[in-house]
Amino acid sequence: MKKTVFLGALTVAGLAAGASAAATLDDVKARGKLNCGVTTGLVGFAAPDANGVWEGFDVAICRAVAAAVLGDGNAVEFVPTTGKTRFTALASGEIDLLARNTTWTYSRDTDLKFDFVGVNYYDGQGFLVPKSLGVSSAKELDGATVCIQTGTTTELNLADFFRANNISYEPVPIETNAEGQQQYLAGACDTYTTDASGLASTRAAFENPTDHVILPEIISKEPLGPLVRHGDNDWGDIVRWTFYALVAAEEMGITSANIGELSAAAGANPEINRILGTEGELGAMIGLDNEWAKRAIAVGGNYGEIFEKNIGEKTPIGLARGLNAQWTQGGIMYAPPFR
Amino acid sequence: MTTMTDPPKASFQLSMLIYDTRYRSYTFQFIALVLLMLLLGYLGANLVNNLAAQGQNISFGFLSSPANYDINQRPIEYDSQSSHLRAAMVGVLNTLIVAVLGCATATVFGVTAGVLRLSPNWLVRKLMAFYVEIFRNIPVLIWILIIFTVMTAVLPSPNQFRGDGADASMFMDAFAFTNRGVYVPAPVWGPGSLVVVLTFLASIIGVFAYRRYATKLLYDTGRLLPMGWPSLVILFVPTILIYFVLGQPISLNYPALKGFNFDGGLHIRGSLIALWFALAIYTGAFIAENVRAGIQAVSKGQTEAAASLGLRPNRIMNLVILPQALRVIIPPLISQYLNLTKNSSLAIAVGYMDVTGTLGGITLNQTGRAIECVLLLMLFYLTISLAISAIMNVYNNSIKLKER
Repeated sequence: MKKTVFLGALTVAGLAAGASAAATLDDVKARGKLNCGVTTGLVGFAAPDANGVWEGFDVAICRAVAAAVLGDGNAVEFVPTTGKTRFTALASGEIDLLARNTTWTYSRDTDLKFDFVGVNYYDGQGFLVPKSLGVSSAKELDGATVCIQTGTTTELNLADFFRANNISYEPVPIETNAEGQQQYLAGACDTYTTDASGLASTRAAFENPTDHVILPEIISKEPLGPLVRHGDNDWGDIVRWTFYALVAAEEMGITSANIGELSAAAGANPEINRILGTEGELGAMIGLDNEWAKRAIAVGGNYGEIFEKNIGEKTPIGLARGLNAQWTQGGIMYAPPFR
Repeated sequence: MTTMTDPPKASFQLSMLIYDTRYRSYTFQFIALVLLMLLLGYLGANLVNNLAAQGQNISFGFLSSPANYDINQRPIEYDSQSSHLRAAMVGVLNTLIVAVLGCATATVFGVTAGVLRLSPNWLVRKLMAFYVEIFRNIPVLIWILIIFTVMTAVLPSPNQFRGDGADASMFMDAFAFTNRGVYVPAPVWGPGSLVVVLTFLASIIGVFAYRRYATKLLYDTGRLLPMGWPSLVILFVPTILIYFVLGQPISLNYPALKGFNFDGGLHIRGSLIALWFALAIYTGAFIAENVRAGIQAVSKGQTEAAASLGLRPNRIMNLVILPQALRVIIPPLISQYLNLTKNSSLAIAVGYMDVTGTLGGITLNQTGRAIECVLLLMLFYLTISLAISAIMNVYNNSIKLKER
């Protein structure tokens, strides 16, 4: 019996490991679809709308890559992953790209053999509390019951924060954001902790969002970004530069509105020309045609447009640009030069 | 006089491996074995090669590095600086806690429902049939979630116990039922409490000794000693005397509101209650059917014979039917216990930190050592299942029909 169980495990492991091959670009082209790992549902970042169409800040990255590679922003198979399943899904080749507000950490980059291609949202972990609790600082949370999504970096930050401040807490591990919301609203935990952007998104879905407040302490750095498997650098380059094309487009003033006009013929700005493929041969360097970046930008707009549409201040989530503004606007979004 | 001639000794030929029925089965078994080994070897090599291609290897070194996460229910000393191995141990103990509680409760539910399903009372019989059919035909995960959600939504939060004219109040000032779990008074073991506990254990042995003596006296001389009240006296009087003589060494620590939560007392978390109760009623429904089958397997003539001897229905069940029925009940009961233990891995649904939650959940996720963690998990569940099996088989052997 021992042998059979072991055999089963090896089969699964063997199949999973065997699926990851080097040439992801060829696989995606042959398949005609990009398999993109997203969350199981976090409003603003990745969630299906009323018609079942996925949309959100992370989803836009998937669509941009699909548009760049396959020429169609809808040629994406969205694979919902939980905090626990996401890395296995990527390592096994089930998905080509993981865009699931995943924190870039040392061990994920090195030990888990992934490559983070950039940071699409600079975040930090915060605490959401009901106003009625009368707490104004996370340091006053001694003895509190804290709801926390299991299998995320937030769990480790939380342990570190409470240990550093020498206060105690009771963790209530939960599996999904929806469950955390339910537990928090029922008062089964005093506070809910996750990335501040996620808290804003969760609070936006409450009946009375104004009864809840996000505490001022941000207890960690959470650079969230899309990631790919280690070892296929060509594919990594495509995803990285597709993302930077969106960032550079905002800096250069290329928007979904004027992109048709700008790409019709070479203009005065050489970098815009190179990005949009009216000048130079940048596309060939990453194994794509010259209009790859144009398609990527056209599908959802530039980085700023994507931000404002999905999580910006005019949406219910209401996040300010903050650190995520362009470097010219006081933020740290900074695309390397296209040349 | 007859002479025995030796049968002609056929020399062994290679073709006999296929054509001779004496050897044929060995040949095929050997071929199958070789094929199985080859398959195993292929899969193993495939795994190792693919891991190497990804630049990874199989290593259990991560078990000794700090876990860096906290666990709420800690049967043993643990903090975020303890090792992953320690975290796995906490998980193992939590699994065992819910498995033992679940098995015990499921047995009580199951036996009660199983016996009552055969009750002559129509209402009781139908009620029990209703219980069995409802609970065993809905997946246990749903039950776990239902109970957990209902607890969270219906019970008051600790905040509601606060202030004058609060929405909720503690039961007898000692028990607090909140949506974070139940807080009950916890015993505080002062100096000398060991003597009290030992006295109580000795009293239990004393009760058994007395009952044995009384039975023996009844068989030997026919004198009937009272059983009920002397047992109670032996059980309680010495312990209570010692307790007061030593100056009440055991006291109770009552839960009280402090800060955000109740403090003190024993905190039975909502996740444990939901998991425990759901597993118990679900498995209990299956056990009820086993018990019913076992009882019905005993021929009706036994009941009638016992009744004709003048035994009352209670004693017929306890002395005649159940001892025979147990032989039928125990083997399927073992697999129900195994099922319950394995089902306890659904704990993650309500955030109960069992071994699947710690080793197979957070540790796996933080270290990315999926294969190692899953292998360890399989090893653990296999060990625990075989252990339960072994223990129950010993019990089964002790009650099975003794053939002499």
